[in-house]
Amino acid sequence: MFRRNRMTITLFIPCFIDALFPRAGISMVEILERLGHSVVCPEAIACCGQPPFNSGYWEEARTIAGPVLEKLADAEAVVIGSGSCGAMLKNFYPELFANTPQAELAKKVSARTWEFSDFLVSKLGVTDLGAKFPHKVTFHDGCHGLRELGIKAAPRALLGKVRGLEFVELMEESCCGFGGTFSAKFPMISTAMGEVKCAAAAETGADYIISNDSSCLMHIQGLLSRQGSPIKTIHLAEVLNQQ
Amino acid sequence: MSEREKILGRIREALKVKAPRPGSHGDPLVQAAAEPPVSHARDWLPSVGASVEEQFAMFARNAADLKAEFQLFAGRDELRAALVSLCAAEKWRRIASHGGELTDFACQAIGLPVTLTDRGYDVQAMEKCDAGITECDALIAQTGGVVVNSRGAGGRALSVLPPHHVVIARREQLVADLPAAFARLQSKYAPDFPSMISFITGPSRTGDIERILVLGAHGPKKLTILCL
Amino acid sequence: MSSFVSQFKTLAGEKTRDLRHRQVIRTALRSYEVVRDKRKAAFQSWEFARQAAAETKWEAVNHLDTHLEALVAKLEARGTKVHWASTGAQACAIIAQILRDQKAHSIIKSKAMTSEEIHLNHALEQEGFTVVESDLGEFIVQLRHEPPYHIVFPSMHLTRGEIQDLFQKELGDAPSDSPEELTMVARRVMRQKYLTADVGFTGANFAIAETGMISITENEGNARLTAALPKTMITLLGIEKILPRFADLALFLPMLATAGAGQPMTCYNTMYSGPRQPGECDGPEAWHVVLLDNRRTELLADAEQRDALHCIRCGACLNVCPIFRNVGGHTYGTTYSGPVGSVITPHLRGLQDWKHLSNASSLCGACTEACPVKIDLHHHLLQNRRNASVSEPAFFERLAYKLFSIVANEPKFWSLAKKLGWLTQPLQKAVKGSALDPAKAWTKTRDLPPMPKESFKDWWRNRK
Ligand code: SF4
Repeated sequence: MFRRNRMTITLFIPCFIDALFPRAGISMVEILERLGHSVVCPEAIACCGQPPFNSGYWEEARTIAGPVLEKLADAEAVVIGSGSCGAMLKNFYPELFANTPQAELAKKVSARTWEFSDFLVSKLGVTDLGAKFPHKVTFHDGCHGLRELGIKAAPRALLGKVRGLEFVELMEESCCGFGGTFSAKFPMISTAMGEVKCAAAAETGADYIISNDSSCLMHIQGLLSRQGSPIKTIHLAEVLNQQ
Repeated sequence: MSEREKILGRIREALKVKAPRPGSHGDPLVQAAAEPPVSHARDWLPSVGASVEEQFAMFARNAADLKAEFQLFAGRDELRAALVSLCAAEKWRRIASHGGELTDFACQAIGLPVTLTDRGYDVQAMEKCDAGITECDALIAQTGGVVVNSRGAGGRALSVLPPHHVVIARREQLVADLPAAFARLQSKYAPDFPSMISFITGPSRTGDIERILVLGAHGPKKLTILCL
Repeated sequence: MSSFVSQFKTLAGEKTRDLRHRQVIRTALRSYEVVRDKRKAAFQSWEFARQAAAETKWEAVNHLDTHLEALVAKLEARGTKVHWASTGAQACAIIAQILRDQKAHSIIKSKAMTSEEIHLNHALEQEGFTVVESDLGEFIVQLRHEPPYHIVFPSMHLTRGEIQDLFQKELGDAPSDSPEELTMVARRVMRQKYLTADVGFTGANFAIAETGMISITENEGNARLTAALPKTMITLLGIEKILPRFADLALFLPMLATAGAGQPMTCYNTMYSGPRQPGECDGPEAWHVVLLDNRRTELLADAEQRDALHCIRCGACLNVCPIFRNVGGHTYGTTYSGPVGSVITPHLRGLQDWKHLSNASSLCGACTEACPVKIDLHHHLLQNRRNASVSEPAFFERLAYKLFSIVANEPKFWSLAKKLGWLTQPLQKAVKGSALDPAKAWTKTRDLPPMPKESFKDWWRNRK
């Protein structure tokens, strides 16, 4: 495993990873540390402010995001294990804070923010993490990671190096239907979209659906377990951390 | 105030606030380029071979994809023979056409009664014709389509009303791509354009029933392009 | 809740459970996706083409006044009569007056979404005129007394069997359920109507300022016939359809065909610059062009979303939209459905009544990626949400976010919330999915993930 210039990486832990999927966060810490970097994690950050932002309550979103920006002001690199929160910091903070005193800070933080898989591949230049995961898997691209951040190749490059892993692409590239508050405001549409996704995953014959976004996986897993499907979901970082 | 003035007034009022340019993500007024954005369309559209042979080959391929018939002839005798056999194979009894150097030749070769459109015509009579025979402005290699107009191709109906449209063209009418076709039309007609110019790309079609392709929805079921 | 949103939710509930509908739409769009990708790949650079198309439309829309004046001057110079309508009602009245002046009875129409927008057929039928839709898909939905399901594929929700039954019932002619034979039935029915209609009515895809032309795109030839045979022709044109130059079509025509239907070019792309001219042997003696505002200028006034007027109505954003695919076109209750409809309807018909369409999106961005003129569709949905909550905040929703922001900003509260969540987990399981469950919206169809005792932050703190 190669060592690069030692960086101090600020890990941004989204609220749902913190509360529901700690294994994903722990895996990121362990991977980054194994690569020889030091990891910090500002405890006072709970959420990026996306729920109120997406619902149109930009002022309330700023009350959450403003303090987040201050806490990240001096970070060398901010790494997030979710394309969705990553897009919030990278793309939407500059828009949310345009014409406010924090506009410049928002741009600065945006420029230093990375989605986890993209950070590993594009910034650190690592693809082989020595992981082993002897299963048939498929990958779900979270829409924000895919379209806001343009991340498609990085997770595939990383998975390509995992020993024992058999990769099958999904036939259709479509949204899983989570969409944050959308999933509760329009549950019937959200559920139908998720069912389409689950059916596509079942077609591949995969044992696991991997994603770089835990929020999508929460939705997909919720449907799968209600359906009694044997397919399991797992965050990319957890797969990459299996030695 | 007239509606015209009211609408234009609302537009002018609205345009007082500048909109961001596309792709500039919130930064208004990225400088516009000096030339029209489409000036380089040729570089982005599907590529077309440089030589005339390649372009004819491409035209033939595209026309076949569209389910149009295309034939290239070495001389008038070949064209005449093709017309005669087409007429026999399709069992035409009556055709419609317009006056023109190529169409006159074609009508003579076919030798059936002709409804000519030039000095006005009876629509019901044209509707009963088995084929409409026209000249054209251009063949476009890039698309496999042809361009006709209301002045040089016998009016507006002739190329769509009969169930079979036959285009008689000359080799020089082939253009490489769409930008060339528009440039040719502009230089040939501007500012006095025919009242209708139509780019015809394959025979009439529809996919309105289960997105399944059916030819001859309202216009011709068949399109034959014969080129000298 | 406005009646529009409750209707939307009811219909969405029905359609999303309708597995047959899901299958029909999926099958119909799968072939589209394959050909579209193939045609896009044939472009040397689809992305540069998109950027140029976006810039061209930007130029057109941001100088709309001068382009419109140029267009109209050119049209009038060749004998076309131009009318201006601020509202849909005015446009309907102008058209009805033209028909009365012509002593017309029957009108043959080619496809025009603008006429759906102003409910023209209804207005004309009220006045006793007979209106026949000639586009096959439009003809089918007209027979069913239904609005088009999709702006480009009006009858894509119907199977051949349903269309056969419809033709049998309404026309007494349906030899089989083969698409070929059914199309030929429509062809036969329509032929005589063309020959006898007094007036031909068309929509428009582009209007060329430089040369004073209206460009109409179609596959069937019905618009060609509509513009050829009747003595009078009427064209309804949304004012945003402008393109500056004739040569712009060299890019826009193939892009429209590729994005909309995966074709290299649509079968007929026809530019009209006047009624029948001296020396021409046919075509209408009179041509009326009706320019329609109908609150497009409202959208124009919103500089942030002005690019929504770039729309060339290709339908690509509908085709890729997972919401559209699951709820279907009729559920929207709007003329323009899918992402573009959700963006513009609040501007055209009122933000508070139609904001739910902007909320009914997962913001996946597939629409923006598909749009050939690069309209920032899913971000406009976000902006509509913002505008709606600023002008009329929902009390409880705002309160919830205010409380949420307090919790999120105070680590102690956040820890407490996680603890509470963990402690109430067994309770939650007991009421799962029932009326008592506060998370019912989620748990009715989905399980909640088990909440671990130790959160990430707990782990992090313990490890230090
Ligand atoms: S918004 Fe874009 S993709 Fe949607 S119909 Fe309009 S042009 Fe097509």
